[in-house]
Amino acid sequence: MRRPSLAVWKLTSCDGCQLTLLDCEDELLDIADAVEIRHFPEATRRDLPGPFDVSLVEGSISTPAEAERIRRIREESGVLVAIGACATAGGYQALRNGADLEAFQRIVYPRPEAIRSLDRVSPVAAHVEVDYELHGCPIDRRALLGLLSALLNGRRPDLPAGSVCAECKQRGVNCLLVLGRAPCLGPVTRAGCGALCPAYDRGCYGCAGPAESARPEAIVPVLRRRGHGDAAIRRLLRGCTTAAPGRDSEGADDDA
Amino acid sequence: MRTHRPAPAVIDRNGLDQLVKLLIADGRTVIGPVERDGAIVLDEIESGAELPDGVGAETGPGRYRLHRRADRAVFNHAAGPQSWKRFVHPVRQRVDAPEEPRPLAFIGVRPCDLAALSVLDGVFGAAPHPDRRYQARRDRAFVVAVDCVEPGATCFCASAGTGPAATGGYDLVLTERVEGGHRFLVSAGTVEGEEVLERLTRRNATREEAAEADRALRGAAESMERSLPATDLRALLARSRRSERWQEIADRCLACANCTMVCPTCFCTTVEDVTDLRGGRAERWRRWDSCFDPDFSYTAGGTVRTSVASRYRQWMSHKLGTWHDQFGTSGCVGCGRCIAWCPAGIDITAEAAALAREEEPR
Repeated sequence: MRRPSLAVWKLTSCDGCQLTLLDCEDELLDIADAVEIRHFPEATRRDLPGPFDVSLVEGSISTPAEAERIRRIREESGVLVAIGACATAGGYQALRNGADLEAFQRIVYPRPEAIRSLDRVSPVAAHVEVDYELHGCPIDRRALLGLLSALLNGRRPDLPAGSVCAECKQRGVNCLLVLGRAPCLGPVTRAGCGALCPAYDRGCYGCAGPAESARPEAIVPVLRRRGHGDAAIRRLLRGCTTAAPGRDSEGADDDA
Repeated sequence: MRTHRPAPAVIDRNGLDQLVKLLIADGRTVIGPVERDGAIVLDEIESGAELPDGVGAETGPGRYRLHRRADRAVFNHAAGPQSWKRFVHPVRQRVDAPEEPRPLAFIGVRPCDLAALSVLDGVFGAAPHPDRRYQARRDRAFVVAVDCVEPGATCFCASAGTGPAATGGYDLVLTERVEGGHRFLVSAGTVEGEEVLERLTRRNATREEAAEADRALRGAAESMERSLPATDLRALLARSRRSERWQEIADRCLACANCTMVCPTCFCTTVEDVTDLRGGRAERWRRWDSCFDPDFSYTAGGTVRTSVASRYRQWMSHKLGTWHDQFGTSGCVGCGRCIAWCPAGIDITAEAAALAREEEPR
């Protein structure tokens, strides 16, 4: 039987989500056995042409070339999975949306005229149809394995829609908000990480983006009541998922 | 109000350690309250020394703080974030393989939580389709209850009719007294409880000791600050389907599911199938779910309860109303966990009162 083919793509991103696949140390040989890896620049120089049964796409669409490239990837892929905060919600680079892009380019680059950027950073789903999304910065290793196992076995992947709070309670992590230990975005953030940060006494910073049908702004009065100032709350909410669908994209300009 | 059981015995603090030791020697996994990361949680203990020592809890809507008490009380802290349901109805359990759980013993089950176990019995234990996994854990569990002499600020068991004194559903029941010498009045509720009690170093309680414990429990009932409205809640919730209050609550509600996770009677689960990469191994797991999760009401065509208002209404209407139709009791036992552990501090007693107020003639 032909092994399903896999491609791993990188757009504007840090490579951390792709590396999560390489982090599956115990399962890596099984993965390599189960699929034929045809494109995965972080892992191999071999670069075979499509079509691909499954494409994992990391990164946001930030340049005209990427907008073009994601269309080609879509055409060549059976199942397209967007992985990580950049691909699903814009990533940190989406903080430039609504800010003065040209000013940033002048500050950073000696020849800004050589830079080709789109006006706005956007997630993959804003450009092409996406079959599944894995959220988080970076994605969770077990979630990636669960998704691959489901796809390889023809099952619908079991992807979380609810909040991190459910994972805290199930894991037995005491609520940082209720105990007054840290500001935490867990109540409005999508589950899937296993409550990683709260388990280490760190408030959730919302890297997986809003839980489905959650209103991120509902956390504002909850944090205010616990003495957190508006500037700190705004900074907390302006993480790596500001371009998530349904979120009002906020710029970084007044967040000095 | 009665309370004291006929001729209680008295054990001292060492007697409690002896009890734990004895239950472990009998082959039981003993679960009790322990202080961890700023809260009293429930976990396996290997000796009575692991139980709380002079720790109290102050609770309020969306608030929980531990403090050092002037005494060395073991059980004087309001309900923490966990309940006994996680031991009879585990967070995640494999359902396609046989299991042999060790017999459990629960130390320090409050009256609200005794009532919650009884509610879960109605959900999981009832004929004609009892949940054998639940029963295997529950039926063999030895229950040491503890009367609640110091209810927390979020407690309302008196109005829920479940406390603060234990009235049944235990093998042994303790009433902790700290003034005039740290000790526990003990009574047995079952033959098994009697057998264990006979093996403990104990003395008989004096008539005055039993009367004093009764007075403390009456005082506890009277001191409770919160209550459910004294009305037919089932009828009230049924009439309130179209209340504007639901949207008002939804404006504050985070839909985070904390209330359902900490509720000692919320029992909903979902089932997940797990395979390895090659598909050679498959497992079926059951895990806790919540009616606040968007996927909870997902059916062909999509999610039924898309709004937060509809989800909160579903939860509260089931808990206080339709639970009666389904199981013949209320689903609420008055433990107050959903009030304390709601980050937004939504108070089910206040919301029930608000619904009742809407009906008053103006």
